[in-house]
Amino acid sequence: MTPFTIPDFLPAASEMFTLGMICVVLLAYVFFDKNNRGITYFLAQLTLMGAAVICILLYDHANEITFNGSFIIDQGSLLLKIFILISTVFVLMYSRVYIKERNIPHGEFYLLVLFSVFGMQVLVSAYSFLTLYLGLELLSLPLYAMIALRSDQASCQEAAMKYFIMGAIASGLLLYGLSMIYGACQSLDLQTVAAMMNLSLQSQSLMLVLGLVLVSAGALFKLGVAPFHLWVPDVYEGSPNAMALFIATAPKLAGFALLLRLLAGAMPALFSHWQSLLIAVAVLSMAVGNIIAIVQDNIKRMLAYSSIANMGYMLLGLIAGTSRGYGSALFYIIIYVIMSLGAFGVITMLSQKGFEVEKIDDFKGLNARNPWLALMMLLIMFSMAGVPPSAGFFAKVGVLESLVKVHMVWLPALALVFAIIGAYYYLRVVKVMYFDEPMEKAPIFVSSFDTQLAISVNGLAVFFLGLFPTGLIELCQKAFLA
Amino acid sequence: MTQIPLLSLIIWVPIIGGIICMFAGDDRKATRARCIALFTAFLNLMLCIPLYTHFDNSTSAMQFVENVDWIAKFGIHYQLGVDGISVLMVILSTITTFLVVIASWKPIQKNVAQYMAAFLIMQGMMVGVFESLDAILFYVFWEGMLIPMYLCIGMWGGPRRTYASIKFFLYTFLGSALMLIALLYLRTKSNDFNILSFYSIKLTMHEQVYIFIAFLFAFAVKIPMWPVHTWLPDAHTEAPAGGSVVLAALMLKMGIYGILRFSMPITPDASQHLAGLMIVLSLIAIVYIAIVAIGQSDMKRLIAYSSVAHMGFTTLACFVVYKIVARTGDLQDAYLTLEGGMVQMLSHAFSTGAMFLGVGVLYERLHSREIGDYGGVAHKMPLFAAFFMLFALANVGLPGTSGFVGEFLIILGSFKASYVITLFAATTLVLSAVYTLWLYKRVFFGVVTRKEVESMKDLELPEYLVLGILAFLVLFIGLYPNALLKTFHTSIGHLLELSTTSKL
Repeated sequence: MTPFTIPDFLPAASEMFTLGMICVVLLAYVFFDKNNRGITYFLAQLTLMGAAVICILLYDHANEITFNGSFIIDQGSLLLKIFILISTVFVLMYSRVYIKERNIPHGEFYLLVLFSVFGMQVLVSAYSFLTLYLGLELLSLPLYAMIALRSDQASCQEAAMKYFIMGAIASGLLLYGLSMIYGACQSLDLQTVAAMMNLSLQSQSLMLVLGLVLVSAGALFKLGVAPFHLWVPDVYEGSPNAMALFIATAPKLAGFALLLRLLAGAMPALFSHWQSLLIAVAVLSMAVGNIIAIVQDNIKRMLAYSSIANMGYMLLGLIAGTSRGYGSALFYIIIYVIMSLGAFGVITMLSQKGFEVEKIDDFKGLNARNPWLALMMLLIMFSMAGVPPSAGFFAKVGVLESLVKVHMVWLPALALVFAIIGAYYYLRVVKVMYFDEPMEKAPIFVSSFDTQLAISVNGLAVFFLGLFPTGLIELCQKAFLA
Repeated sequence: MTQIPLLSLIIWVPIIGGIICMFAGDDRKATRARCIALFTAFLNLMLCIPLYTHFDNSTSAMQFVENVDWIAKFGIHYQLGVDGISVLMVILSTITTFLVVIASWKPIQKNVAQYMAAFLIMQGMMVGVFESLDAILFYVFWEGMLIPMYLCIGMWGGPRRTYASIKFFLYTFLGSALMLIALLYLRTKSNDFNILSFYSIKLTMHEQVYIFIAFLFAFAVKIPMWPVHTWLPDAHTEAPAGGSVVLAALMLKMGIYGILRFSMPITPDASQHLAGLMIVLSLIAIVYIAIVAIGQSDMKRLIAYSSVAHMGFTTLACFVVYKIVARTGDLQDAYLTLEGGMVQMLSHAFSTGAMFLGVGVLYERLHSREIGDYGGVAHKMPLFAAFFMLFALANVGLPGTSGFVGEFLIILGSFKASYVITLFAATTLVLSAVYTLWLYKRVFFGVVTRKEVESMKDLELPEYLVLGILAFLVLFIGLYPNALLKTFHTSIGHLLELSTTSKL
């Protein structure tokens, strides 16, 4: 037992800042902002931006382990945190008007978002099974509650219930798997587990592999990868648009961190095992996601299947098993989150008072009604389809290249075939927006300036990251070289 | 060489012009959008003048080269350059877009700003395809131009435009996917994605065949070769006149350009090995598709099929080269044939482009593409009839027009390979005359039976201008083909050398 020393708190500065600010937001909400005059919103944004700035400042201090080896900051985790925080800033900007118009308890919404973001930060930086699990639960529980916030619609309650039960099962699987690995390695610390695994692989291989399977199932559940994907479309469809927007973005980044820490961080010794596991899962995901998305006429369900497919592509980077592959997967997931943010952002913006955008047909003739929004959605759709020059293209090229580099040529070829199948449903959205006549002629105005700005930044980011992806690619690649 | 990044300018001026055009306002301000587009297209045409005059015909090396790191991590560069083959394609694209902008002046009345923007952006990307020396940059432009084309067919097309546009997009997207894998594979053997450095990679026969097939998928869809040509009639028929022109004159050429730039020099042994198959596919396109063309009742569809047949001629030229070299061991005849293929390609751009514009002129007046709805047009539109006659004859390959030079050289060359090939290839002389002249007869001659035709007016100034320029080009190439030949002579020689040197 090591003697008690005061740990270094600096690496956890952004988490502590977030937690402190959550208390401030809570008090401010209770005492000053019952009528939604924007104070809570403003403070919540301030929290997120402040935490992001702290992460950026810490970037040079990266690679420190603290709290008895249970917490780490490295460039990868900081990069993920920065994108989690920034994407949440956008989420709040998109959903502010939506929340207000529907009388959803705004203070609760912002607080739950902040708690969840706090959990994500802990998860991303976790370096032992304990912190990992802690972060995961802290991230998930507010999400369940958030969906149920809209009490006037039964579908939201149903979605919350489904999400909760599925999430609980996933957590259970994860925990069970972790206990097995703990049994074999006698440690909760990722580093020690990784070192012990080589030794215990001979004697305990069955237990370890079983643990691996359960742990991966839990993590893949959270990411919404086939065959653990059934909750994704239901939850997306049932959630209010603003909540679906949040669920579809930042938690994916955290889920990626979870998977990466567990597989690449703790179990490099079992690489050949989890590689074959991920190959099966990735192929299934790409197939299920892309094929089933074709028949959807609900845009949120379609995007849900598209997310399943995209998670499959992201896994390709992990399958390569090289630092280049991990870097590409990181780049992929960041780009995916930016695209998904934009797509759900447009959905949320178009959901005017008393009208929820649900069907793909709700986009009919958008070009005639609001050409700028249509253009942004066009960029995002083509980027999701992986058509250059867009960020989505380089994301795909990155993961495929890392696979070709380790001489797996058949998998990229298969992935591209599915990408082409997938292109169809993205094209359909463009078709509906541009080729079809609008059902109502009246133009759609976006009243608030900040949402307009957010979607413009978001859509153009997809485009400019396609023209100049170098900077972000370098950052992602460097994150795994240290 | 000049310090001005001329090649970049030719790519980015239209793209930026297109973006400005997009924000020119709605249809109440259509004239403004049209003027911006015309100005941009004209500016771009002017930029091609120094490109042509400063181009050095005597070397096969890449000229006007620009090279900047783009994504250093992956070894991707922003690298541009032109040789004798691509410089002509660049000029061809700028001329075509300029003509399309003028030709769409009146017919397009809906979403004018977006229409012009789509064409200008497409123009920049197409030039990018021909100028790229980096494989990924090439791929980016190659795929990127699908977006404006998809919108163009889908937004301003005919009644079945949605079907045609999605079919077009998915077909070409599918073709290109395998090419991407091939490029990534080649990258593992090379330091970067430079196309020229791909030329010197040693590859086994096994690898070459796979890479060749991957490339073939991409290029065969684009050209299009039989049996993957079925998107073309639909896309052509449904696209607005301007879209059809760009499709026929430029997009199809990108496929041939790809074969010349990638397939033949990177996988010479596989090309040699599979030349027989490619020749058979080309001959099927020439004979079978020409017969299909005869049976069409839709004018645009007929011209679309005639395009496929004519492109079969150029692919024949590319691959019959291997048979000639194998048979005679002499590069001289192969040289002629390949040059014939190039001329055929450029000539086809003008004659078919002009015919599509001609159909556009008719459609503008009668809103029908059915041959049966016309008849006796020559009585009402004598000037237009004369123009169309010239383009029809160029399509048939009458001596004195551009169509003759290419076909003659290819048929001459294929004699050295095999009489059987020549026999089949030469049927085009008859078949193309059948469908083109029969089309002409049914549309222009005879008595006027329908009262809609009675009220048709002859050409207006923009139409007159566009068709006049095209007529000049068709005759110019037909009478003085040396203007083209001398530009790409050296480059073709270099290409031939690369394509016939074994890499095993």
